Amino acid sequence: MEKGNILISHAPHIWRGFSTSKIMYIVVAALLFPTAAGIYFFGYYAIYIILASIITAVLTEFVIKKLRKKRFIMDGSAVITGLLFALILPPRLPLWMVVIGTFFSIAVAKEAFGGLGYNIFNPALAGRAFLSVCFPKEMTTWVLPPHFNYDAVTGATPLSESFIYPPDKLSLYKDLFFGNIGGSLGETSAMLILIGAAVLFAFRIIDWRIPTFYIGTVALGSLLMGKDVLFQVLAGGLMVGAFFMATDYVTSPVTGNGRIIFGVGVGVLTVLIRNFSSMPEGVCFSILIMNAFTPLIDKYLRIKPFGFQKKKKNA
Amino acid sequence: MGIVVKKKSAFKGLLLPENKITAKKTTEILPVPEKVTIPLQQSIGAPCEFIVKRKDMVKAGQKIADSTSYVSAPIHASISGKVSKIVKVVNPVTSTIMDAVVIESDGEERWVELKKLFDIKKSDDFSGLKKIVNSIGKKEILKKIREAGVVGLGGATFPTHVKLNPPPDKKIDTLILNGCECEPFITSDHRIMLEYGRQVLAGLYIISRTITPENVYIAIEDNKEDAIRCLEELIIKMEFSSIFKLVSLKSGYPMGAEKTLIKTITGRSVPIGGLPMDVGVIVNNVATSKSVYEAVIESRPLVDKVVTVTGAIENPKNLLARVGTTIGYLIDRCGEVGSGTNYIIIGGPMMGISIVDTDFPVTKGTNCVLVKEGKTQIEQNCINCGRCVDICPMKLIPLTYVRNVKRGNFEVCREYYIENCIECGSCAYVCPANIPIVGYIKTCKSTIAKNNG
Repeated sequence: MEKGNILISHAPHIWRGFSTSKIMYIVVAALLFPTAAGIYFFGYYAIYIILASIITAVLTEFVIKKLRKKRFIMDGSAVITGLLFALILPPRLPLWMVVIGTFFSIAVAKEAFGGLGYNIFNPALAGRAFLSVCFPKEMTTWVLPPHFNYDAVTGATPLSESFIYPPDKLSLYKDLFFGNIGGSLGETSAMLILIGAAVLFAFRIIDWRIPTFYIGTVALGSLLMGKDVLFQVLAGGLMVGAFFMATDYVTSPVTGNGRIIFGVGVGVLTVLIRNFSSMPEGVCFSILIMNAFTPLIDKYLRIKPFGFQKKKKNA
Repeated sequence: MGIVVKKKSAFKGLLLPENKITAKKTTEILPVPEKVTIPLQQSIGAPCEFIVKRKDMVKAGQKIADSTSYVSAPIHASISGKVSKIVKVVNPVTSTIMDAVVIESDGEERWVELKKLFDIKKSDDFSGLKKIVNSIGKKEILKKIREAGVVGLGGATFPTHVKLNPPPDKKIDTLILNGCECEPFITSDHRIMLEYGRQVLAGLYIISRTITPENVYIAIEDNKEDAIRCLEELIIKMEFSSIFKLVSLKSGYPMGAEKTLIKTITGRSVPIGGLPMDVGVIVNNVATSKSVYEAVIESRPLVDKVVTVTGAIENPKNLLARVGTTIGYLIDRCGEVGSGTNYIIIGGPMMGISIVDTDFPVTKGTNCVLVKEGKTQIEQNCINCGRCVDICPMKLIPLTYVRNVKRGNFEVCREYYIENCIECGSCAYVCPANIPIVGYIKTCKSTIAKNNG
């Protein structure tokens, strides 16, 4: 052995090898299920939105990394942001708005804070919030599936006030579960979102606490408000939000109890916004608000270390 | 299975690829090298001072350095020959420079006179052995252990005679013999249990005489089924079954760490910044137990170690090597190393120290030499995933240390109980962003120590 070749490394000298990019691409794979539902129910235009969003996300990240003279790593996080962003958009949003929104997500919500790991707000949700402020009309124009033409019939989403409840409750639940209903591109089919979530759980990508406590709180809150619990859970963006948005590592707490508080907090806010605000849906803003609390939760909610003892008097 | 008790771990154990490729290889006695380099600090506590001069002739087992300080252990010549020079070597753990004695072999293997009270390899008269042990007083046992330079061989190298003489206000009711060996690759303790089982058990009996505990446990991970069976047979044969309890533990890293082991066996938690004796427990490693036996019954000082040489090497082996033999000499005895080898690690892959100089010697604490091929890992941004928090056996939040050390906020880490970290490496092992978390923690600990004088 040549002596000059010997290197120094820190212990430990072995790693599990489950890298950031592996995690990201598993999430992308899980997102393909709700993506497929979006394309199935809203037609080929959905593909354009998705491609526009992903390409803009990756390009924006690449250019900004170059401008900041940082290393660009194709770790898949920009792909996730792009794909997630597309899934929470109205299915007929003009492509130039998609590009603006994605650019905002990556450039402002992610890179301006320092890039992956430093962003305070979930980039995809921040982009959506930005678009709903800039283009309120387009961001609330919905179509009813299945429609494969651009000139689709517009219609109300289940949570909006103008939504007409069908007399047959069972068929409504069925439509909500399979996705044959108005709504954002990838948010309509609870079934395919759950399959995607099952993938995340199978690879141990996400912790059970946030989605469980989020959905649980919304269910309980809706019950207390005298609403149809199953309807409230299946409708709108709750499913995607609970499994794919609120569980974002960077913007959610690291400790188990912190995640419970986070999940309950998002749930309470969602119920409040859905029932008392002028907006029909509150998942996006609820998660963004709790994102802002994440650093506080992590700072003040400590876990008891091994061997922790209360200080004895005059010890 | 009569006397074996099974236990699950009391913490979330990390499952590592074991890679114990030398588990079935009988220990080979390494030929005496032409020269040995013996550092003067091989244990925690005060460094020793020479009691030999240059050009002195020394015998194997002769004391060559000692200290008047209580927390210290003397150092002995591991071969016979001439003291040729005094050199400086860098301690790879602390990066400090220490003196070392170079002894050139005379090729004669002259030993100091060893007074053997009992021949455990040949004699089966174990009640006779117990009588001999019982006739030696506690003070005499501790003195013999100190004179033989016995230190804790599980990794910490704390002088054993100090550990076995706790302050009177600490009542010790439990003694645990640690045969877990939870690090991947290492098999030296495993081989010691199989090949020196008698000495290990007799040594444990001697240790139990000094601290008179109510319970004596022998803890072995269940991936070493043969060692459990071997010791079980010996316990029955040597009539120890009324005092020793053999415990088979579910494998999971870091089971062999004192705090997690004590928690698993007794349910007690060693307080932050505390020692096992604070909860009435003393833990000793199986290799230490063997050395205690040799020190007390054979008056043989600690001059050799079973070392596993393993990893990317032609013939991985367990070697009985003299203290002071260079790491390079051990590696050469095991054939060609892999072509891409660029890491030499003293210790296991989780906690071992990587070295650049293969002339560094085997010391009392060395139990493994791991040669490894590998690429440098590129550190990425922390994504806050919480895997380190989830796996930490000390229930710490490792990612906060990385953040605060990067910002230079070393003192903040104390609010997060950084002193409770046992540096087991579980956090960095699971980190998807390849962050050398333990490196940050060690930097932080040493900076805090420096800042506080």
